[in-house]
Amino acid sequence: MTVWWAIAITCAGCYLLKLAGLAAPRRVLDHPGVRRFARLVPVALLAALIAVQTFGHGQELRLDGARLAGMAAAVVALLLRAPFLVVLIAAAVVTALTRLMGM
Amino acid sequence: MHDTERRQRTAAIRDGIGVGLAVGVSGVAFGAAAITAGLTVAQACALSLFAFTGASQFALAGVVAAGGGLLAGTAGALLLGARNSFYGLRLALVLGASRQPLRTLVTAQGVIDESSAVAFAQPTPAAARAGFYTTFGTLYLTWNLTTALGAFGASQVSDPAVFGLDAVGPATFLALLWPRLRGDADTPPPETAQLRMIAGGGAAVALLATPFAAPGVPVLLAAGAALVVMLTPERSAPE
Repeated sequence: MTVWWAIAITCAGCYLLKLAGLAAPRRVLDHPGVRRFARLVPVALLAALIAVQTFGHGQELRLDGARLAGMAAAVVALLLRAPFLVVLIAAAVVTALTRLMGM
Repeated sequence: MHDTERRQRTAAIRDGIGVGLAVGVSGVAFGAAAITAGLTVAQACALSLFAFTGASQFALAGVVAAGGGLLAGTAGALLLGARNSFYGLRLALVLGASRQPLRTLVTAQGVIDESSAVAFAQPTPAAARAGFYTTFGTLYLTWNLTTALGAFGASQVSDPAVFGLDAVGPATFLALLWPRLRGDADTPPPETAQLRMIAGGGAAVALLATPFAAPGVPVLLAAGAALVVMLTPERSAPE
């Protein structure tokens, strides 16, 4: 599978998923199983992505001091209720600075 | 009466432009992170134009960066995109778009976290519509413009990792997850506790699987673990 195929399927799939929700019959929303899926699965996915992208280097787990410092900065920004973009900038800047200092 | 309506619509439009610009400029982070991950400028721009849902875009770029597992990576990106289906289900009630097929096709591309959040926060359906379309328009233009800028900029730098962009992906996911785990007036404490447990479990499953599974697969296993919790009968918790 080439990267372009992955991108094409992701693009088409993401669009169809948006459309499916908008065009679906209303009773789908009232199904308790559907509601639990909507509530639980994104939480597990997002938490897994945070963990893997913070500690993972390919298939290896590693404590990258700079990346950890960046994530800590993001947590502080979120605790201070900073806007979305400020959270991302804080993470990137602190990671870059920590790396610059050779940690 | 009409004054109130107009004021509510103006407030919704202001919200939409504010959120659209603020979140839209983070497209520069996606563009740059995508290049750092090994995607081309064209690939980064294609994702922003057609997938247009940040979390899925970052997830796919992350799998490319980790070197492989494209099938699992695509599945992870789509599972993340599935939350937009649920926004769509709720939005259909306020937007009433399903009566006009062509408009529904265009509206669908705009069903994302931010446009839904702005729409659901409005007091009336008219204000919700104004907020939704303003957020969609502003965010779509800004996100795509800044994706191109970020991607092009990063492609001119020999080692974009020096900018700390590898932290932007996980920080994005953290910012999306945070409000769900913080707990609010709409969420009863037992539910918040359950969500936190699922988040911890998902992270643990993914980390344990990382050394043994192709990149992208650990995240799917975490979603699978959540499905197991979901399918176990829930007797006492409120629905």
